[in-house]
Order: sequence, then C-alpha cells, then structure tokens
Amino acid sequence: MAKQPGWKDIPIGGLILEGGTAVKYETGSWRSNRPVLDKNKCTNCMLCWVFCPDSAIVVRESKMLGYDLEHCKGCGICARECPVKAITMVEETKFREGSNG
Amino acid sequence: MVKGKVVALDGAKAVAEAMRQMNPDVVAAYPITPQTEIVQTFSQFVADGKVDTEFIPVESEHAAMSACVGAAAAGGRVQTATTSAGMALMWEVLYVAASTRLPIVMHFVNRALSAPLNIHCDHSDSMGARDAGWIHLFAENAQEAYDNAIQSVRIAEACMLPVLHTQDGFIISHGVERLQILPDQAVKDFIGTYKAEHPLLDTDHPIMVGPVDLPDFYTEHKRQQVDAMEKAPQVIRRVGQEYGTLTGRTYGLVEPYKLDDAEVAIVVLGSTAGTSKVVVDALRGKGVKAGLLKLRAFRPFPAQEVAVALRDKVAVAVLDRSMSFGGQGGPVFLETCAALYNGGGRARAINYIYGLGGRDTTPDQIERAFQEILNISTPGKAPVDADQSERGRQSPG
Repeated sequence: MAKQPGWKDIPIGGLILEGGTAVKYETGSWRSNRPVLDKNKCTNCMLCWVFCPDSAIVVRESKMLGYDLEHCKGCGICARECPVKAITMVEETKFREGSNG
Repeated sequence: MVKGKVVALDGAKAVAEAMRQMNPDVVAAYPITPQTEIVQTFSQFVADGKVDTEFIPVESEHAAMSACVGAAAAGGRVQTATTSAGMALMWEVLYVAASTRLPIVMHFVNRALSAPLNIHCDHSDSMGARDAGWIHLFAENAQEAYDNAIQSVRIAEACMLPVLHTQDGFIISHGVERLQILPDQAVKDFIGTYKAEHPLLDTDHPIMVGPVDLPDFYTEHKRQQVDAMEKAPQVIRRVGQEYGTLTGRTYGLVEPYKLDDAEVAIVVLGSTAGTSKVVVDALRGKGVKAGLLKLRAFRPFPAQEVAVALRDKVAVAVLDRSMSFGGQGGPVFLETCAALYNGGGRARAINYIYGLGGRDTTPDQIERAFQEILNISTPGKAPVDADQSERGRQSPG
C-alpha cells in the first residue's frame, strides 16, 4: 500500500472534501475469505451484484466477470445469495505466495 | 478606545447582553439552573426581534449540543449555554464538537454535580470535561464573563476549536455588579463576520462531516487537535490584546497579582480570585510577601506562564473548587504541579479543596491557607496537618 498521508496532509475534523473517495480506500486488505466464481455454473443472474454491499462485483455487458479484490471485504453475501451455488468462499491464506495452505 | 456604558447587571444577564450584541446565527439551548437566566433573557431578545438568531428550544442538552454541531457544520456562527447536569448530558457531543473542529461558543455557568442534588457553585462540571478538546476560560466577575463571551467567538473561529467560557454559579451569575458594556457596533466590529471554510450547506462543494475514522487516521485527527490547542495560547493572547486596545481591559492566559516579589502565592481561578486579592492586599499591609496567580485559561493550560510565575516561590497553595476522587489532588493542583516539575520549579505546593456545592469561601480561610504555606516555607516549622476542620479534612475552613 502507498505511504499514508500524515496529520498535516489531511483535512481537519475528519472532513471529506470531495465525493467518490471510497474507491481510494482499499478495504480488500480486511478480507480473510475470498469469493471464487465457478463460471461454468454462473447464469449471470446478477443477484450477487444486487446484494454486494461494496460494489465489488465486476460486470461488463451483462456478464459477471469476477471481483474487485481491492474492495471486496470477503463478507460472503454473494456466495450466500447465489441461487446456483457458483460462488465459494476460500480462505485468503490459500492464495498467498509461499502458503502451505 | 471606545467608551463603554456603565451598567448594573448580574453575570448571566451580562452574557445574554453580549449574545444580543453578537447576534449569532443559531442558539440551541435548554434551561437549567443557574444558567437559565442566560437563555431566558436571550430568548426574550429573540421574541422581541432584537436579534436575527434562529433559536432552537431543544428537548435536552444532548439535543442542544447536537443541534449546535449541525448548525456549525452547516457554516453558522453558533452558541449555547448550560451548566452542571446539562453539560453532563451533552458529554458525548462535546467531543464531537471539538473533534469535528467546530467553533461553537458555550456560555457556561459552574455548578456542582449531583448527588446529593445541589444547584450551587463548584467547578466539578466543566473540570470533568477538561479533556474533551474545548478551550476553557474562567471569569473572576461579571465584567470578565461579558468580556470573555465576546472574545470567545474570535478565539473559537481563529483556532477552529469550541470555546467554553464560564462564570461561577450564583456568585457571578446572579450577583449584580457594576460593569462596562460596549456599544453594539463596537462588538459587531470586533467579532466581524464569520465565513466557514467548508460549510455543509455549500452544495457546489459537497463534503462529508463526521465519517467513520479507523485506526489508520484517527490518531492523525487527534494529533491535529493537539496542534490546534498548542497554537491556541497565541490566539488567546492576540485577541486579549486587541480587546484591550478596544476597551482598556487586556486579557492573557493568566493574571499575576502582586506576584513578582512574592515568596508565597495562591493559585486560583474564578470568583475566589477576587476574594484572594483582598487577602493579598491585607497581608501586604502586614509586610507579608504574598501574591496571587489567577488562571484565566485552564484549557489550554498555560504551563509555561505558571512555571515562570511560580518557580522562584518558596511555597504555593493551589485552590481547587472540584475533586478528583482517587487522584493526587484537584485538577488545578495536578496541572500546576506538572507545570512546576517540568519547568524546574522548586516551589512546594499544597492543595486546598474549597467551596464545594456553593459553600462560601471567606477571606479568613484564604488567610489561613496563606499562613500554612508561610509555615511550610519557614525552616524548622513543620507543615500543619491538613486536618484543620471538623467539617472536612481538605478544606481550609
């Protein structure tokens, strides 16, 4: 992650002075479980996109393409709501380099 | 210098008069004794059309401070008034106001906290809130309460910190005194106009106020508050000087009284400073080198001024009108000792808890406190045991 701004660099009082800043806040680092999509099962019904609280489902031309992992917190709602069970939650440690998991 | 008008007012009405002259955008307040007279008087000004203020008669003090936060975030010049349990009910929102850096002014009256129920003066209420991030100014009399009310607006807006200026309940708030008030136009000119840098109502530049702040930035926002408080003394001095040019009454963070050559001194804030000055004069008449250090600002605590003023004294008596149960003394004592320790002072310090729940503090009692510190400072004379009274161990009375 890039170096965080210091106390002299940020607005006082916790103010946020512009809109659309949530995209700059990479909540993906909070994730302990990662959603994994089985494209063979996915029907592109978009229920995951509807339910995702972090707008982390990447969709293009009505197709579910995958996840914005910089913002997906791994809450698992998409996996829970998927009507065809195309999404499974996998422990994040299994994706780490050098992981034995 | 402008010519003031001499009037007879109690402290509460003097502050209400200052509020009328300042004509704030929003006042949100709830009545509580002995502060009621401030908002009651001011609400009459509103009803009579003497101010343009939007007066919000809220259902509680928690709501009062919440409304102040909203109105100040919107970009208004905002004031309130409370005391005692009212402040206790504001507690949560006091921190929100300070941490959101809103220049709200609170016209405060000091009163004891329950229980047992007591409506009279001590400093437990505002001292409890000393770490909430507000600037705290104390007044010795109605004149200072009036003067502090007007200066508070300038200080708050220059520091982007809320300011609480206080007067002793009943003693000042309901004691009619002779004081000078400024012409309306002079007050208007002194406080000028306020333009918030990031008002919530500026829809061309939408902002967010009060978002969640996680571990990665919360400390940075607290650090900014420390910085603002560190810069506050110079603002308080500058505004106090400018007010002095206007009125002839100059203010700083502390007021030394016959202190330069004093060997023993009393440290005190609020109305008891006036009583103590009488005692200092009497002792000086007897050849005793007694002096006084009155604190006007308690937050920020004027540590440097206190250390410089007291470090060559032999002994000092620090008077606290509130308790810190289980602590090593009252809040004024602890701050004074820390200032002396850090400033390399050699003065010995003794703490007196006085005037709780409005008990009178008489010149005799102050004189006895002076006598004790004189004993401390005399070689071979052991300090008198603090238990001087069947009515309370830590009282000089």
